[in-house]
Amino acid sequence: MASRAVYVHRDPMLKKRDDFEDILEERRHSSDLRYALKCYTPVLYKGLSPCRASELKSMVLQSDQLQYVINQVSKEMGRTAEEVQAEASTILDEMAHRLQISTVRFFAFTLSKIFKTLFRSICVNEEGIQRLQQAIHEHPVILLPSHRSYMDFLLMSYVLYTYDLSVPVIAAGMDFMGMKIVGEMLRMSGAFFIRRSFGGDKLYWAVFSEYVQIMVKSGFAPVEFFLEGTRSRTAKSLTPKLGLLNIVIDPFLKGEVFDISLVPVSISYERVLEEALYARELLGVPKPKESTSGLFKARKVLSEDYGSIHIYFGQPVSVRALAEGKVNRCQFNLTPRHIPRKPGEEIQSFVNDLAYRLVRSQEENMVLTPWVLLAFLLLQNQAVGNERGMSLDELTEQAAWVRDLSRQFGAFLHWPDQLPPSKVVSSSLSLHRGLVRISDGRVQLALEMPHSAMTSEEELLNRAVIILSCASYRNQALHLFIRPALLAVAIQAASSNKKQEVYNSFSFLWNMFSNEFILCPGAAVQDFEEACYLLVKSGALQISQQEILVSGRGHRTLAFLANILDPFLEGYQMVCRFLYEATEGLTEKQFVPAVRKFIIKHLLTGRLRYAEVLSSDLQKNALAALLRLGAVQKLKGCQGALKVNKVIVNSLEDTLGKKQAVSRSLNTHGLFLDLDKNSKLILVSVSQRRKAAHSEGSRRSTLIPTR
Amino acid sequence: MASNSSRGSSERHRIAQHRLSVIAGHLQRPLNGDTTIRATECKAQGTRPDVATEMKTVPRRRQEIMKWNGWGYNDSKFIYNKNGQAEFTGKRYRLSGMIIPGLRDWMESTFGATVQHKTPATPVLNTSAVQPPTLNEAFVEGIKSTGIPFSHDPEDRVFRSHGHCLHEIFPLREGKVGRVPDMVVWPKCHNDVVKTVELACKHNVCLIPFGGGTSVSSALECPPEETRSIVSLDTSQMNRVLWIDEKNLTAHVEAGIIGQDLERLLNESGYCTGHEPDSMEFSSLGGWVATRASGMKKNIYGNIEDLVVHIKMVTPRGVIEKSCQGPRMSTGPDVHHFILGSEGTLGVVTEVTMKIRPVPEYQKYGSVVFPNFEQGVACLREVARQRCAPASIRLMDNEQFQFGHALKPQVSSIFTSFLDGLKKFYITKFKGFDPSRLCVATLLFEGDREKVLQHEKQVYDIAAKFGGLAAGEDNGQRGYMLTFVIAYLRDLGMDYFVIGESFETSVPWDRVLDICRNVKARIVQECKDRGVQFQPLSTCRVTQTYDAGACVYFYFAFNYRGLSDPLHVYAQVEHAAREEILANGGSLSHHHGVGKLRKEWMRETVSDVGLGMLKSVKDYVDPNNIFGNRNLL
Repeated sequence: MASRAVYVHRDPMLKKRDDFEDILEERRHSSDLRYALKCYTPVLYKGLSPCRASELKSMVLQSDQLQYVINQVSKEMGRTAEEVQAEASTILDEMAHRLQISTVRFFAFTLSKIFKTLFRSICVNEEGIQRLQQAIHEHPVILLPSHRSYMDFLLMSYVLYTYDLSVPVIAAGMDFMGMKIVGEMLRMSGAFFIRRSFGGDKLYWAVFSEYVQIMVKSGFAPVEFFLEGTRSRTAKSLTPKLGLLNIVIDPFLKGEVFDISLVPVSISYERVLEEALYARELLGVPKPKESTSGLFKARKVLSEDYGSIHIYFGQPVSVRALAEGKVNRCQFNLTPRHIPRKPGEEIQSFVNDLAYRLVRSQEENMVLTPWVLLAFLLLQNQAVGNERGMSLDELTEQAAWVRDLSRQFGAFLHWPDQLPPSKVVSSSLSLHRGLVRISDGRVQLALEMPHSAMTSEEELLNRAVIILSCASYRNQALHLFIRPALLAVAIQAASSNKKQEVYNSFSFLWNMFSNEFILCPGAAVQDFEEACYLLVKSGALQISQQEILVSGRGHRTLAFLANILDPFLEGYQMVCRFLYEATEGLTEKQFVPAVRKFIIKHLLTGRLRYAEVLSSDLQKNALAALLRLGAVQKLKGCQGALKVNKVIVNSLEDTLGKKQAVSRSLNTHGLFLDLDKNSKLILVSVSQRRKAAHSEGSRRSTLIPTR
Repeated sequence: MASNSSRGSSERHRIAQHRLSVIAGHLQRPLNGDTTIRATECKAQGTRPDVATEMKTVPRRRQEIMKWNGWGYNDSKFIYNKNGQAEFTGKRYRLSGMIIPGLRDWMESTFGATVQHKTPATPVLNTSAVQPPTLNEAFVEGIKSTGIPFSHDPEDRVFRSHGHCLHEIFPLREGKVGRVPDMVVWPKCHNDVVKTVELACKHNVCLIPFGGGTSVSSALECPPEETRSIVSLDTSQMNRVLWIDEKNLTAHVEAGIIGQDLERLLNESGYCTGHEPDSMEFSSLGGWVATRASGMKKNIYGNIEDLVVHIKMVTPRGVIEKSCQGPRMSTGPDVHHFILGSEGTLGVVTEVTMKIRPVPEYQKYGSVVFPNFEQGVACLREVARQRCAPASIRLMDNEQFQFGHALKPQVSSIFTSFLDGLKKFYITKFKGFDPSRLCVATLLFEGDREKVLQHEKQVYDIAAKFGGLAAGEDNGQRGYMLTFVIAYLRDLGMDYFVIGESFETSVPWDRVLDICRNVKARIVQECKDRGVQFQPLSTCRVTQTYDAGACVYFYFAFNYRGLSDPLHVYAQVEHAAREEILANGGSLSHHHGVGKLRKEWMRETVSDVGLGMLKSVKDYVDPNNIFGNRNLL
């Protein structure tokens, strides 16, 4: 429960957000060349002793930290220190950026041209920029943008250059190195490259962490990286990766800097460039390797309208303020700080909470367009099998209703209130005409009509591309609805309207889906309270000491919310079913193709409602959840073979599938699904359950019955 | 400052005379108003004291020569004279009677403290504000019968109710008095102490030993929860050098003697202890032992634990002392180390045998300017690595350098001021030092003339490797002189809404820079967060070097105008600063001690078991908590 204090429960309506300014506006009226050659004197960190990118290298190679590891490695591997040192130097050369201002100016010029053709506007909150400027002066700054597109880091550097702020150094995946010229160009504009995996390579890790830390400590430039690790193909935030975050806050924990400011940045695209690409990838068409020629082939994207981009620089987060009372910095007093060691439990849990908090604040400051809300409605309508679509009026009415609901939940919604809702709806639809079809005043997703030349499987995949693309827009607002949606399903599933029963059911779902959505570890209780608060506030629920009651007008809200989770429930259920039927010796590698095949088979029989369950993201998350809950285990030394606990998986499938029936079977069956002390799923009998409930009081969270 | 190297006895005497003038010569010889007849046993106890003892600095009624609500002597203080210039009054110090032209500007620019906003102190103690004493009649009768002088005069009692923490002095300036001792006794020798302690045990009276009264750890504060009669045991009249042993170079001294008297008396015989804490004008030998004190010149002479050979302490269980004066023993844990740092919780130190050294023939000050603090620390580290630290080496940060500059007295001639200008030009323009970043190290060398000069060269050569430029003897000497007057400056600050204090720590070398930066920044941030309207002064210096680390001193002060409870804000900031020190690998204290101010951190500092060990010693030695100042544990 360490996250309790990091996680702050606020009234979303009170959230104040800054206004935006369009930075392309000026670019459309003045010379790009002059802009690229403007006088550029960014504010610097006050503690900065000036140093060039090349000097960083020798600082890294001579650092105590690296020298220690070099000696260690040379002893372990029986190589001379010089050899290892040379290897470290090579690693560093491969990694290091060579930031130079002329390249930045070149990008400033070309990107201006490109952005003006692609986007209607690039809107930035200027107050955020001012806060950032102040932060850069006072402390080392880490920029943490959301990651939805390759555009992200070009955009970031472009914006910072525009506002005369230090261009950041950016941790980029090694895959960019494949793009010959572009890779080098990126390097010269501040990107440094890290291998995607270097698990056991001590030397690589040491070079990498020391390189990043020296940049942080010296305040050389803001360090930028993506907490999510990779671009989210689904537009849902990804579970944060902790490696780099651990590295950058280490200098604070060890007292080498007074504080570090973490600045979450939310970049929201009205239309994502990679839209259809992502959907294909999720369906199993592998992602094309980055290459320069590929980039030029992508030129056709230049002719399309990608709407607006909103970039919101969030409130800088002080690591010092958050670590107060959570991390005892004295733990570094008794060993020299340059000797690498694994962060202890206290630090791990602090960093984990911190990462979730940052991702949540990225989510909160994402600007949602009306189209995002339309995506909810269109997908839900499609799923009920309505072949004719919705009438425009109906869609408009429902959209206005969802708009009001989302505002009550604190959405950062960019809905032009000065226009009549019908106008807003139709203009959103026109920007996304690739995904929707309007005929006879009725709107539906642009799913292709049955075609004789295609196999039914091809046809299914084509439909899925559209649905997944559309879902990626819906997903942009999932963070807003996820907690109330879990509660809505929990209320349906609970055996009674007793608060404790509802909570038990909520907590089960919460546990099940915490790989799918951003749910801070250990914060089930707070999430439950937040969901209750929001639904009471919107008038959907009435909550007394003991009971949760659905109000008269609450049914529509709860139905809408519960619907949101349906595709996920169905998907997880299918994964459970697949695992139940899977043969011995299934490996992790085989899992995704196999489960895909299995699901396609079921989809073709027409028994499933959601083509979304084809998303490999969902399938992987489901597997991760089952592994976490102990329903599936990875066998060591069998090339990732999976050992499935069939009884539990089977019970889970039932529980997920029969959410309505659950309440009636509470007292009639012998065994219950429960979590043990280590948060693993187990089956217990009624009597065991009672005993446990007696001995542990109401601390027990998940008590979902099964046959 | 030098003399030739002949070692004739008359020569030695001359050197001694000279030292007198260097260290203690500025002190007025007070008239000793104390005419009480000495208890006969005391006379008989030692052989004839080696040294004349009639001229002692500390009288029983200390308030006659010392401030009751501020630092130091009544006649010495900083004031703004009628021309509005800062001046240091009195005749005792080199700075006395001088005008300090830069100080007022510095006060205004650093703190925003202007002459218009004044907060003068209550001049005279209102004795009716002092609680009437709770006397233990049986104990008083007992003391009367022994003939040991005592008093329950309010002024005497108030003087012994505090040390010099800000929160102790500040209320006194406003005329507020808290719990004070109910009675003061002045034992004159070891046996007097034995009798006093026996009586205290018999009648269950709380004893609080009082030496120089310079504590900055709330060690002398009377615990408010104490319901027994509190008796302050003032050691100041136990101040004789009982013998000097030239063969072994030791001296046996009564523990109430204060630093300047000890040095002066030993100097008369051509010796010194070399123990010079910044408080040496007022602090006592017993106090040094009880707090594990450290002296400026420890590089040559060692800290107090290196200097003591033998300690005699009176406890409720009886007298503790070793049976011989062997220079080192392997006889289990050293019992001296229960006494060193016991902070008056176990008993009263009455007599100490200390190492002495011949007065050094030659002394030379020096200073080095560095382009920045980082280079300065690197240089000190190298000096420590080569184990060639001079008697004293201190590194001030830029703020302190500027402060030191502001304290320059008015120069006598145009020529001097021209020279100053030239020096400044050379350093900032020619050498390219940034005046807002440079910092200065002050040095003191001692020993044979040749060796000193050789040593000096070695140190300056190291300094040069770190970009250091020699900056003259004057700057160095002034730096050390300021040590003694800086405490007076706080009183001036308090006259004009500025409160502040210093605190110290010790820290491994690799963390020195980090701790300096972080603690200074923490102070600034905490002040801001707590609504301090003005930018605080947050500065530090490295004052001692060791093989494995250094001692760092922080100075912190701010203008409290606009704050409703400045003391509380101050305490919170200081608390946060100490947390920061600990989080950065610094110690709880290098030499100030724990007292009551820092005891909340003792457990984490010495571990549960460590604290238990100390507690069990206390429980054995003083089961009824007669020495009830509640320090440390």
